[in-house]
Amino acid sequence: MNLLETLRLAARALLRSKTRSVLTALGIIIGVGAVIAMVAIGDGARASVQKVFDSMGTNLLIILPGSSNAGGARGGFGSQPTLTWDDLAAIRTELPAVRAAAPELRSNTQVFSDDQNWTTTVVGTTPDFFDVRSWTLAKGAAFTEPDNEAGAKVVVLGQTVVDNLYGAGANPVGQVVRINKTPFTVVGVTARKGQSPNGQDYDNTAFIPSTSFLRSVQAQSLGAYISGVVFVQAVSSSQTEQAQSEVTQLLRERHRLAEGEANDFDVRSLAELANGQQQSTQTLSLLLASIAAVSLVVGGIGIMNIMLVSVTERTREIGVRVALGARPRDILAQFLVEALTLSMLGGLLGAAAGVGVAKVLAAQFQWPMLVRPDVVVLALGFSALVGVGFGLYPARKASLLDPIDALRYE
Amino acid sequence: MHEGREAPPRGESRDIGRAFQGGEENRAMDVVREAPPLVELRGVSKVYRTGDVEVRALRGVDLSVQPGELVAIMGTSGSGKSTLMNILGCLDKPTAGEYLLDGRNVARLDRDGLARVRNRTLGFVFQSFNLLARTTALENVELPLLYAGVPTRERQLRARAALERVGLGERLEHHPKQLSGGQQQRVAIARALVGRPRLILADEPTGNLDSRTSVEVMSLFQELQREGLTLVVVTHEPDIAAYAGRVVVVRDGRIVADRRQVPQAAVLLPEEEEAAS
Repeated sequence: MNLLETLRLAARALLRSKTRSVLTALGIIIGVGAVIAMVAIGDGARASVQKVFDSMGTNLLIILPGSSNAGGARGGFGSQPTLTWDDLAAIRTELPAVRAAAPELRSNTQVFSDDQNWTTTVVGTTPDFFDVRSWTLAKGAAFTEPDNEAGAKVVVLGQTVVDNLYGAGANPVGQVVRINKTPFTVVGVTARKGQSPNGQDYDNTAFIPSTSFLRSVQAQSLGAYISGVVFVQAVSSSQTEQAQSEVTQLLRERHRLAEGEANDFDVRSLAELANGQQQSTQTLSLLLASIAAVSLVVGGIGIMNIMLVSVTERTREIGVRVALGARPRDILAQFLVEALTLSMLGGLLGAAAGVGVAKVLAAQFQWPMLVRPDVVVLALGFSALVGVGFGLYPARKASLLDPIDALRYE
Repeated sequence: MHEGREAPPRGESRDIGRAFQGGEENRAMDVVREAPPLVELRGVSKVYRTGDVEVRALRGVDLSVQPGELVAIMGTSGSGKSTLMNILGCLDKPTAGEYLLDGRNVARLDRDGLARVRNRTLGFVFQSFNLLARTTALENVELPLLYAGVPTRERQLRARAALERVGLGERLEHHPKQLSGGQQQRVAIARALVGRPRLILADEPTGNLDSRTSVEVMSLFQELQREGLTLVVVTHEPDIAAYAGRVVVVRDGRIVADRRQVPQAAVLLPEEEEAAS
């Protein structure tokens, strides 16, 4: 008997008791659906975490200057300015894995409009900073390289600062604010960025050229040294590690550090932080998927149960088939294909259900819709495996029936 | 693996034509003397063991059946006639002794080989018909051909022809439930015939039928015999055995009588016909 005939036979046997077939397949439907939906949920969560890190810049490195050591009391990274403006220029121009680099000089300073004031973080930097830290401009434009070289008195305000100085929704471009009594013209407003993972308000910031910062905000100049950190953007996320080692290498050379001598700076990657988060969501999706896999196995046991009942019910039919010339393998194939049809049918319906659930959830949580085809194929393959695995025992039992007993069975 | 092909094709239509010319007995007897036996049992014993109890169902049975015979095996329940039938049908193997079917030692065949013999050489008719429920008459008759690997079209043509042969050409798409007992048994006979077997084994084929349909079934068997088929019918009714040309009586696992007789023609007597209608 060929495969097509066997398939037809299986389809007829299953259609004969539709309710039972559907209920039996339900275990597999739920199992496969759960696997696909769970993995999609895990992936969606991961993608949304990824989005957060992308907004911070995953291809981002932070260079912190060295630590001070005053009479044995070590100050930690950042306490001792060891990075020079020449270091920054070298990083920007000499390293292939680096796209851009910008300093960040910070100071908490009061900013005055005509009739209001607000204490905020004033950041002195270069125009590259906006790109490096993924800031976009909502109104106006960022200051330019010539502005920076000329020490122009221009400022880009964050949304929180605008809200507090001019009221929500106002457009302050062209207005003048005073920072440390120096008038700065507002040239742009950044788009709202929200909170950082540790609760800081990104938008409570005012950006001015680093040259103006040194002249008007910072009390005393450190001359050649940068009194802050440097942000470095790698050419791509995958190049972040490469950029990190290039920067480290370059700075060690420039600072003339001997072999074995500790770095007088620290290069950190946000990717490391991101990886940690990714790992935890990955663990979560693995957990969800394994719970779903267990339900798939339970579904398989349901199939085995019903197939055993079916073999017992059809004992006489099996006897007749054997008497008419069915070989043991024909009987085996008949029941195995029946189990396989059940599980594959369940698998297909479950895949459809899983994709549906994933879609609804993605819409609900505004995650990107992520149904991985490899997971669908895997789930279907697994359900086929379950069908064969749990169908084999009942089918074998059927094929080994003694025809005399089977024919006499009531 | 070509043991199923040994039977020369029989032109059924020609045989039917000849069958109605009558005077078959003498010619059949000639055949009996000349041809090698189709069935040959030599000292066949069967012992069942259930726990400590040993049941000797058959104790050294010798039996040979010539091609073209219609043999009735009679016996009370527990006489061993069912065991004998199971062994003849290759559903069971003897504990001792030899069974040659068409010259071939059945004991040497494996499960697949036995399946092939059942499929190609034998045809079964059961007391309770054993048709598959919720399956049409045509599909029931197709079953043996399905396992023989006959292609779909030929399978349907042959199944249709077999059902027409037993007078059920109008009932092809009926399910067993929609058929009377006699019709169901005729579907079963069509199913036994469709694989062109050499030997038909019928186990109490009239046990579930009234006397009128019993005669119809036996009449069909006599026709098949005249066409050259060999039939072995197990029964406990002397009325039924009267239609056979040879009666074998089994008691306590032994053959106690084996006689040839002039078979009664299976036609309905006028008063029976009246009673039936």
